[in-house]
Amino acid sequence: MHPWVLSLLGGVLIGLAAVWLMATLGRIAGISGIASGVLTGVRDWHWRAAFVAGLVISPLCLWLVRGDSGLGAPQVAWPWMALAGLLVGIGTRLGSGCTSGHGVCGIARLSPRSFVATVAFMVLGMGTVALIRHWIGGLPA
Amino acid sequence: MKSLMALFAGVLFGVGLGLAGMTQPAVVLGFLDVGGAWDPRLLFVMAGAVSTTAIGYRLVWRARRPRYETSFDVPSMQHIDTRLLIGAAVFGIGWGIAGYCPGPALASLAGGVGSVWLLVAMMALGWWLASRWPMRFNQKSSTRGDGRATT
Repeated sequence: MHPWVLSLLGGVLIGLAAVWLMATLGRIAGISGIASGVLTGVRDWHWRAAFVAGLVISPLCLWLVRGDSGLGAPQVAWPWMALAGLLVGIGTRLGSGCTSGHGVCGIARLSPRSFVATVAFMVLGMGTVALIRHWIGGLPA
Repeated sequence: MKSLMALFAGVLFGVGLGLAGMTQPAVVLGFLDVGGAWDPRLLFVMAGAVSTTAIGYRLVWRARRPRYETSFDVPSMQHIDTRLLIGAAVFGIGWGIAGYCPGPALASLAGGVGSVWLLVAMMALGWWLASRWPMRFNQKSSTRGDGRATT
């Protein structure tokens, strides 16, 4: 299958997962919100933990069906992974959402906040890659 | 039953990410690299996910309530504030450095790669730090929101 078709299909499955969560529990499928709630021990952490567990075992399910987990190797050295993780954590909580909550669920709800947030993180992500790859010629290992 | 429903949603979401190529940071960084060898795949993922969700939500919302809950819990905040913009910008920079957003990062834990675990641990630390952020630098959002809107 052409990678673009596969990506479209993957996107449809992501959308179905979001619709499923809304239909059964009435919640937005925002990963940063759901997962950070597990960490801070909110009252309804059970379903949140189950959702995260499903996400974690999903490559195993994919591997059982296709013989390919779909996982790719990290592209940067561990200090950059650590910095990236910290920025992603702080940013998604301050901004109340990530690619799933704002980018998928929020835009689908036609939320102006989500639309603005999505444009902002896409533009900053693109700017960061341009800076790293084309101005400074890659990150030191 | 609620946890079972959420578990299924998580698996479906993760399988979608994997099929779409989103658990390969090289693909994500390739999408963000508009000035280089641009990989448009993430655009197709977004198109599939947003259109499915947009149609699906509207069908689901015809019901009075979700199957296993008493009401739909959808964020009501409308205004654009500095907190939202700063957060999205900081997230974008982190995303551009390593090519991992929260979903693919959690799904990639199963690969057992040490630096992915480190990234997720730091992400969790970031969530904790941000939850302690003084809310007063944006009064409006702190009075209307509960500080942990799930979007």
